[in-house]
Amino acid sequence: MPDLSAPSISYVGLAPVLIVLAAACLGVLIEAFAPRHLRWNVQVALALLGTVGALVAVVLVAGRNELTAARAVAVDGTALFLEGTIAALGALSILMFAERALDPAKSAFVASAALPVGSSADRKLAAAPYSQTEVFPLASFAIGGMMLFAASNNLLVMFVALEVLSLPLYLICGMARRRRLLSQESAVKYFLLGSFASAFFLYGLALIYGFSGSVDLGEIRESAARSGSSDALFVTGLALLIVGLLFKAGIAPFHAWTPDVYQGAPTPVTALMAACTKVAAFGAILRLLYVGFGTSEWTWRPLIYSIAIVSMVVGAILGITQTDVKRMLAYSSIAHAGFLLVGVIALGDAATAGRGLSSTLFYLLTYGLTTVGGFAVVTLVRDGDGEATHLSKWAGLASRSPLTAAVMTLFLLGLAGLPLTSGFTGKFAVFRAAIDDGAWPLVVIALLASAIAAFFYLRLVVLMYFSPPAEDGPTVGVPGLPTTIVLAVTAAATLILGLAPNAVLDLAEQAAVLVG
Amino acid sequence: MTPTYYLVLAAILFTIGAVGVLVRRNAIVVFMCIELMLNSVNLTLVTFARINGTVDGQIMAFFVMVVAAAEVVVGLAIIMSIYRTRRSASVDDANLLKY
Repeated sequence: MPDLSAPSISYVGLAPVLIVLAAACLGVLIEAFAPRHLRWNVQVALALLGTVGALVAVVLVAGRNELTAARAVAVDGTALFLEGTIAALGALSILMFAERALDPAKSAFVASAALPVGSSADRKLAAAPYSQTEVFPLASFAIGGMMLFAASNNLLVMFVALEVLSLPLYLICGMARRRRLLSQESAVKYFLLGSFASAFFLYGLALIYGFSGSVDLGEIRESAARSGSSDALFVTGLALLIVGLLFKAGIAPFHAWTPDVYQGAPTPVTALMAACTKVAAFGAILRLLYVGFGTSEWTWRPLIYSIAIVSMVVGAILGITQTDVKRMLAYSSIAHAGFLLVGVIALGDAATAGRGLSSTLFYLLTYGLTTVGGFAVVTLVRDGDGEATHLSKWAGLASRSPLTAAVMTLFLLGLAGLPLTSGFTGKFAVFRAAIDDGAWPLVVIALLASAIAAFFYLRLVVLMYFSPPAEDGPTVGVPGLPTTIVLAVTAAATLILGLAPNAVLDLAEQAAVLVG
Repeated sequence: MTPTYYLVLAAILFTIGAVGVLVRRNAIVVFMCIELMLNSVNLTLVTFARINGTVDGQIMAFFVMVVAAAEVVVGLAIIMSIYRTRRSASVDDANLLKY
């Protein structure tokens, strides 16, 4: 009988994740016991408390480098930096969830998701001023799962965290108040394709377990170093794991769901997915490739190299053909995922160790903040049927609301990576790391893709400023306090991280540690 | 009987599931194919546990079962809601989002 002793768990190191998940569990209880008229305020406060509390906890535990819970979860610079990023972006997304001033029915979420669309009961509730407050605990669960996903040092924990982040997202995708058919369709598509991809991840896990006898990333690395990495089990398992993760990160050629789901989901949820899920998935990709498969770099490097090219090119070129702002931002996120993979490639060399990692961390932060801001502007431009996302509706927006157009322009320039915005600093850091690493052909393609992508960002800017406004154009809503905070924070970050990025770059440099 | 046969069987089941997801049109059937993939992973895990002589794989199969059960709850709720609206669970009918 083997000795069964409970593993020691560093609750302090895990505090950020535990705080968010505790807030989510409390949210479920509130849903059950609090009277309806109190729920909205209590849930908003609790969800914000959870995410902001997690951010504070990250700051307090920063500097630890350890593996805890039987080596299953890493508490190191990279994990904490990503957890902090996810908590901050999650708090901003939750503020967008909490916006009451924009929609005439007080919320972006449906009053009762269980009612069939168009039924008499559903029509009766269409203008009712209450909504499903379950979205807040669900979003908290998703954020908690994302934080754990980026910190897991064990394939099984990674899989469970993947599901904890995915399942709530599938649900809240289908809970839009307006255009419910699109919303439900996006939920079905996301769910079917997402669970298809997690089945691939899981089969990869099983094959790697067969190869190394363990799902611990450190032990996988050792057994790969011991018995070589040309084993069919090993290569197939690694490929399947990568497919699962690339799907979650929305990287071409596994991006088919991204535009549909981003367009159909309620915009606050889209912001959460575009920013936080991407950060979490890249955290998992970095840890998997560099901790688990760091010694078998030449097995995955050509694969990631070519996928980075495909993702940049597909995102940039298909982005041009889009006529919907949310779909355009979705293709922009696919292109950005390709740029991030350029940073992932650049981690490899021992001489430049840390620079690729720190620049990828920095890029994730800048991309996330700018993207949340972009989607926050999308929630402002509305017509009778909710948000007016068709590009033609945005024509001449600057003459209706100069401030909204200016803020959107800032975010678009940031996404395009023009100098003096955070996007430029991030791209510069990532590309420099890649050149130092000898991946200059990749950087050339990345620069071409950036130039193509800049076209569709700037086209929207031109449309807003130089086109005559449409007759039946949309109105620009006056945001309440939550969205105002989101816009102020993200716009300030886009500028500050472009003008004076040194403090944050240094922070990312210090955080660029992977234990395991 | 060598455990390798079980691995081959699991691989075949996984492939059947994956092909089923790609060719079937009913969302429920697609979902069943995904469950088949998850269960073939369970078979793989248990077989490897047997080959390696450890119980880790069997424990992991429990984790997979729990996650699969949670996925059924979420998945059927989503498919149900779209079915009640459209009176159809065909993935071809859900075609409003494109291009």
